[in-house]
Amino acid sequence: MLRSKTTWLLVGKRLGIALITLVIVSFAVFFATGLLPGDVAEIMLGQAATPEAVAGLREAMGLDRPALLRFLGWLGGLLTGDLGTSYVNKVEIADLIAGRLANSLRLAGIVTVICVPLALSLGIAAAMWRGTLLDRMVSVLTISVISVPEFMVATLAVLIFAVWLDWLPALSYGVNVDSIGAMLRAYAMPVISLSFVVSAQMIRMTRAAVIETINTPYVEMALLKGASRPRMVLIHALPNALGPIANAVALSLSYLVGGVIIVETVFNYPGVAKLMVDAVSTRDLPLIQSCAMIFCISYLSLTTLADMIAILSNPRLRN
Amino acid sequence: MTESPLVSVRDLRIGAVTDAGRKVEIIRGVSFDIAPGEILALIGESGSGKTTIALSLMGHARSGCSIDGGNIRVGTHDVTAMSEAGRAGLRGTEVSYVPQSAAAAFNPSKRIMDQVIEITAIHKLMPRTEAESRARTLFRALALPDPDHIGQRYPHQVSGGQLQRLSAAMALIGDPRLVIFDEPTTALDVTTQIEVLRAFRSVMEKTGMSGVYVSHDLAVVAQIADRIVVLKEGEIQEVGTTKQILNAPAHPYTRELLAAFEPVPHVPAGIGEEVERKPILEVRGLSAGYGAIRNGEPVAKVLKNVNFRLERGRNLGVIGESGSGKSTLARAIAGILPAYRGSVHLDDRKLEPALHARSKEDLRRAQIVFQLADTALNPAHSVGAIIARPLTFYHGLRGAKCDARVAELLDMVHLPAALRHRLPSELSGGQKQRVNLARALAAEPELILCDEITSALDTVVAAAILELLKELQRELGLSYMFISHDLSTVEAICDDVLVMYKGEVVEALPVARMSAEAAHPYSRLLISSVPQLDTGWLSGLEQDPELVAAFAHR
Repeated sequence: MLRSKTTWLLVGKRLGIALITLVIVSFAVFFATGLLPGDVAEIMLGQAATPEAVAGLREAMGLDRPALLRFLGWLGGLLTGDLGTSYVNKVEIADLIAGRLANSLRLAGIVTVICVPLALSLGIAAAMWRGTLLDRMVSVLTISVISVPEFMVATLAVLIFAVWLDWLPALSYGVNVDSIGAMLRAYAMPVISLSFVVSAQMIRMTRAAVIETINTPYVEMALLKGASRPRMVLIHALPNALGPIANAVALSLSYLVGGVIIVETVFNYPGVAKLMVDAVSTRDLPLIQSCAMIFCISYLSLTTLADMIAILSNPRLRN
Repeated sequence: MTESPLVSVRDLRIGAVTDAGRKVEIIRGVSFDIAPGEILALIGESGSGKTTIALSLMGHARSGCSIDGGNIRVGTHDVTAMSEAGRAGLRGTEVSYVPQSAAAAFNPSKRIMDQVIEITAIHKLMPRTEAESRARTLFRALALPDPDHIGQRYPHQVSGGQLQRLSAAMALIGDPRLVIFDEPTTALDVTTQIEVLRAFRSVMEKTGMSGVYVSHDLAVVAQIADRIVVLKEGEIQEVGTTKQILNAPAHPYTRELLAAFEPVPHVPAGIGEEVERKPILEVRGLSAGYGAIRNGEPVAKVLKNVNFRLERGRNLGVIGESGSGKSTLARAIAGILPAYRGSVHLDDRKLEPALHARSKEDLRRAQIVFQLADTALNPAHSVGAIIARPLTFYHGLRGAKCDARVAELLDMVHLPAALRHRLPSELSGGQKQRVNLARALAAEPELILCDEITSALDTVVAAAILELLKELQRELGLSYMFISHDLSTVEAICDDVLVMYKGEVVEALPVARMSAEAAHPYSRLLISSVPQLDTGWLSGLEQDPELVAAFAHR
């Protein structure tokens, strides 16, 4: 479909805003981690360290330079892919994160592929047959899923499927994933637990967005033209609800990279969230910063994408 | 009627569930027939159930409503006994619908052509190419510009008047036997309304379809309907031919409706002729607009160099079509939209352009009343709190004194004092507008800017509000600037008229000389476009086609 110049201008503007936000966020991440209590050099050298040794280490690590200079240096490193070296085990952070990020993205990808279509269809169906048994069942289900904390879902899943029934492995990482069946088994429980958490919100928001457009005069007009309910909803209501739905999906999915620490812990899954928590406990500043930036970037790119979908689906900006 | 009627409705009862869960009957035993080829008008105020009845002919009840009893027959179909799927099969092919606001009834994300021919796709009536060529024929019959390509546009790219005609094409594409027009010209300017009415009438005459025309405007209905059903509170008051209803109304309510339509000539207020009248409001070279400011001027300039004087105790009417800058003028005078050039003088004192820079005293002296009381009144505040706020703000009244003044103000606008505990949503449209007015009066202003305050009201209610305004003027010595798109309303209350067109004042005249002496072609077009309570008015109306082409472009 043809898009006017204004549309692209708006898209460009939105991208620009995202970039500016990213710089501000990086600033906040850098200085907020600097506020963490304790001095890195002291912690690394232990309680018995002499003040001279601490000062020497601080100088060697560049910690005595002004904060702004350190920030610019760090930002420059980020841009060139140099994330720095871990304070704790002297490994390149890029190497530390690479494997973990791949794990996190794999899990997030699987959950996305399963959840988004499922949640959207359930939400749309509930809106289409509003007030029916199906709608009420979906509503009750989503509310109960939202109300149950995810550690409960995860723990119960382990208890039932791994301990009592012994159908699935309790740990999903490091088990044999040679065949598709084995891989499905390995990922089944974390994926199910995460799906529970993210799809409930998506279903509710999709249903609300579609119902809002169903109540507009042009959807009533479609009904008065003799359109069936599916036609009314899919052809007339849904295209105008894309913006809010995209935003709801983006918000839910952004949780999958940074917010899954509980699920990662319960299933002992080596993802980025767990890496960050470990980094906090060892005061590994460069690692904390890098992880935080990854979460921020994933969140920002998802919301930016959603906003761009909303802009592109706005008919008033078409030629 | 010798032929058997196309539509017969017997003892129709429709119930609704209120927000409080109470069940009320909104249509109480309505019966009428429509002969083939006949156009029947349903007339009544808002809340009289006219749209509800019209929609029930398609087997549709809006959410919360249900058809509880009676019988509706369209052709050979018993609508009340059909399944939902059966009714869907009827819609668009047997009975079709022209909505009140075409702007809202067109899906913003789909091209016009796809929506116009959707009925043929839903009911599999004809192949797409045939449907499109049929649509283009209809576009031509409805006198739409560029009939071959208008379908390729999106709804927001054509004007309101064009959309309204396109919605008629959408209704006619499936060759229905009955077309329901639901206040199709209410949202249009008078100059546009004529073209749309003409287009509707000629198409209906050519095709010989039956029609139901829902409206609150007797003058519009007089031009198009054969028979009129007068409704009030879900009951039929009177049924008769258009001529009989207009000339020999039998029911008192019909007479009341007709009386509200009769122009009440305005007698200028003020006792005797004072030697020199001082202007309460003077506007000099006022220019205002919206958008980003470049070189000291906004990007979208709306008002261009407006000049006028309003003398104390007199009323000034501002008239023009939508988009002519009437409301912008009120907003610029009130300071809500600061003018970028020119000045506003209140009692010879120059006012600051922007609201926040004006003194409390200046703010108090000029108050504004907005068109939609629904959006102007905070839905979470009680009527008492809404009126008390300006009392505290301007006069520092609190406690018992404030309460007493609220009661006084409510009495001034003829509302019972007990209403103060209600929320705006619990009031009728007329009552809300009175509260809106009482809030402006609370400041004890000298000048009230009324922005289309009767436009959203029914004729009878609007007439009562105008009466109230006159009464308040006599008692309090107010001056009004009265903005309206309706010439007869302005004639009923104003001494002088400004005619606005595209942000400029094209004519300024005393109202009494308006129809005789207006010289500007747009003023003349406006005057001739006001519908008259005469069945032959539209047919006999001759307007200069060039004039229409030049000014009624919407």
